[in-house]
Amino acid sequence: MNGAGGIGWYGVALAIIGGALRVSTPYLFVSLGEVLTEKSGRVNLGLEGILLMGAMTGFAVGSLSGSPWLGVLAAGGAGALLGLLHAGICNLPRVNDIAVGIALFLFGMGLAFYLGKPFIAPRAAMLPALQLGAWSDEPAVRAALEISPLLLIGIALAIALRWGLVNTRWGLVLRMAGESADAARALGYSVNAIRTLATMCGGFLGGIGGAFLSLYYPGNWNEGLSSGQGLMAIALVIFARWNPLRCLWASLLFGGASALGPALQTVGVTSGYYLYSAAPYVLTLALLVYSSSTRHALAGAPSELSISR
Amino acid sequence: MNAIQPPPCVEVRDLSKRFGPVQALADATVRFAPGRVHALLGENGAGKSTLVKCIMGYYRADSGTILVDDVAQTIRSPHQSRALGLGMVYQHFTLVSQMSVAENLVLGRARIPAAIDWKAEHRALAEFMRTMPFRLDPAQRVASLSAGEKQKLEILKQLYLGRRFLVLDEPTSVLTPDEADQVLSEMRELAERGTLTVVLITHKFREVMRFAQDVTVMRGGRILATAEVAATSIDELARRMFGQTSVTAVANGARAATPGSPYCEVRNLGALGDRGTLAVVDTSFTVRSGEILAIAGVSGNGQKELVEVLAGQRDAADGAVFVASRRYQRTRSEMQRYGVFALTEEPLANDCVRSLSVMANLALRRYDRPPIAWHGWIRRRVLRRWAEALIARYRIRTSSPLARIDSLSGGNVQRTVLARELSEDVRLLILQNPCFGLDAAAAAEIRTQIANARDRGVAVLLVSEDLDEVIELSDRIVVMSGGRIVHEVDRAHADRYELGRHMTRTTEAEAA
Repeated sequence: MNGAGGIGWYGVALAIIGGALRVSTPYLFVSLGEVLTEKSGRVNLGLEGILLMGAMTGFAVGSLSGSPWLGVLAAGGAGALLGLLHAGICNLPRVNDIAVGIALFLFGMGLAFYLGKPFIAPRAAMLPALQLGAWSDEPAVRAALEISPLLLIGIALAIALRWGLVNTRWGLVLRMAGESADAARALGYSVNAIRTLATMCGGFLGGIGGAFLSLYYPGNWNEGLSSGQGLMAIALVIFARWNPLRCLWASLLFGGASALGPALQTVGVTSGYYLYSAAPYVLTLALLVYSSSTRHALAGAPSELSISR
Repeated sequence: MNAIQPPPCVEVRDLSKRFGPVQALADATVRFAPGRVHALLGENGAGKSTLVKCIMGYYRADSGTILVDDVAQTIRSPHQSRALGLGMVYQHFTLVSQMSVAENLVLGRARIPAAIDWKAEHRALAEFMRTMPFRLDPAQRVASLSAGEKQKLEILKQLYLGRRFLVLDEPTSVLTPDEADQVLSEMRELAERGTLTVVLITHKFREVMRFAQDVTVMRGGRILATAEVAATSIDELARRMFGQTSVTAVANGARAATPGSPYCEVRNLGALGDRGTLAVVDTSFTVRSGEILAIAGVSGNGQKELVEVLAGQRDAADGAVFVASRRYQRTRSEMQRYGVFALTEEPLANDCVRSLSVMANLALRRYDRPPIAWHGWIRRRVLRRWAEALIARYRIRTSSPLARIDSLSGGNVQRTVLARELSEDVRLLILQNPCFGLDAAAAAEIRTQIANARDRGVAVLLVSEDLDEVIELSDRIVVMSGGRIVHEVDRAHADRYELGRHMTRTTEAEAA
């Protein structure tokens, strides 16, 4: 690979950036949803199930109606419904949100596989892409900068969430419910109602993340679609210390790690393909070890979370 | 704030409230005159809290009337009392500690704008603070405030929300004497200016005499007397508050023997708190056999972590503990060999297994040794007899030795743990707030037990936030502040104000 090798390694970097921009979107949506839920004082571990239900619903509605955007909305709705289910069960006294989350994960996954069987073969209309690389003659640059509008929406959402948590009434009340349920109750707020709403919004975002998988990239419906991204996004939230903007950077990092294997393949490095594909999982482990401590609770964790008590 | 209109006048007539078999409040009639500081004096369980909670709408009285500005009101919820301008400052803080002072104040408002203009809010808050007797930086995070500042913030919050009838529930329980005097004298000043009516719930005579204008004494759910403070005396109030059963202080004057040799040495101990920051810093002290060493301090200055390290519930980050001149690793066998026993804070959560019986909890230190254990088996009959003896001796009120420990009242849980820890073998006794939440008679009884243990030659480490208890019980006093020992004094030379100043010394140095 002489000569071409130079462009090749440059191509790897481009492919990783392109991959980061492409693959990061579901991480971003799911982690933003989880930030919202956890800021209210609850953990929703069922996001993997929500992601799959969102992917299936989005694909099904997209292919039946012919409108991918309708699919995205339906996926969000399905996610919100599952979020409502999680919140509804957790609102009962003495219910553990972690256990409910795991049940929801399995339930969402099973339901998506069951309802999604007829949609494995057909193709649906895909979401359009924005060609931000049109200025370049280089096909690799064009490919890398082909961006889904959902990513831009996600970025805008991260910024809006960051601002909203500090500067709006609902942000303040949401954080209070996550920091001190007693204080919220003393002021006459219903902690359960706040958490229900937050979990539903979180589910909505998780569902949209799923729709991205089935309607944009990789752009089909099958049972191995999510490959644990919904679970990794929860680790990502901890790494991002519950800050929506840091979720954005962390999602890009995870996206880049996921793109490592395919990017190396483009320059002919095929040995150890599966090893490179494991990069995001290794990264998840490494980040969790790095950001955890045996000695103290995680800095920035909402005080009401069952994991920080 | 509108200074022309006088603050509300609240009056209750024949108010009664019953909880199951307990008559918590019986025919209470009292008038809280506008612009005055009115003390409600009584022991735990005297009905003070029930009375004010009926006024604030947390409870509904069974019978009787509540009048606000001479108009009868049915107050069904805290919402309604707030609308009438009545506010309550609680013993435990209702602040969100990870948020700023400004965020906490804005959160309390009935109407919060959908989007908050923080610049304008900060300007308005600065303006508001200028009219207040005490000020706080709106940008500061509540977690970094001292207990006194948190108490002030609770009061500021009520004033900010326009409440002008304020109930303060034992406001000084977490404050140093100086802080308490400052807060209360400022409340008094606000009342005298005609901005506030203050109801002060307390069991401290000193506060009543110094800061209240009217006083109402309660006992057993009844109002015994209401008087002007100027026209009464401590003796008279005490007689009414305790009734015929006079409570004698622990006779600490005549010491049985002079303290023996050092038994427990803590050298340069450091420990991390739950958030990973150093909570105990380079702490050294010695407890001798036959003496009570008291560690005084405002709650949250490393005492909890220190006790947890000594009790084996938390790892030390630095330094070492020596018992009987040997390195002490806090294993169960060492505890038994050296007779180390502990009563920590919140005994139900930290010293008991909630779901086990009183008997099982009593046996936790001894179930594995004869006579209770026999070749690996527990002899239930021996255990039962042993437990019944302890229950009788320590007057633990329980329906049966087999009743779950969490069915007992706080005072009885405390007695149960104390019965277990004050066994014959004790040579080092570690106590944290042993009388917290007990009524005066039970507290006096427990303090007598502690003094007796000391007289038997036990080395006692008493960690307490109650300065009266510290001065009454100890032989030597060290003050802990910001995780360090900052002061040491013999009881004979101890002065409560001096101690109080040391209790806040480093916190002020850090703030400056």
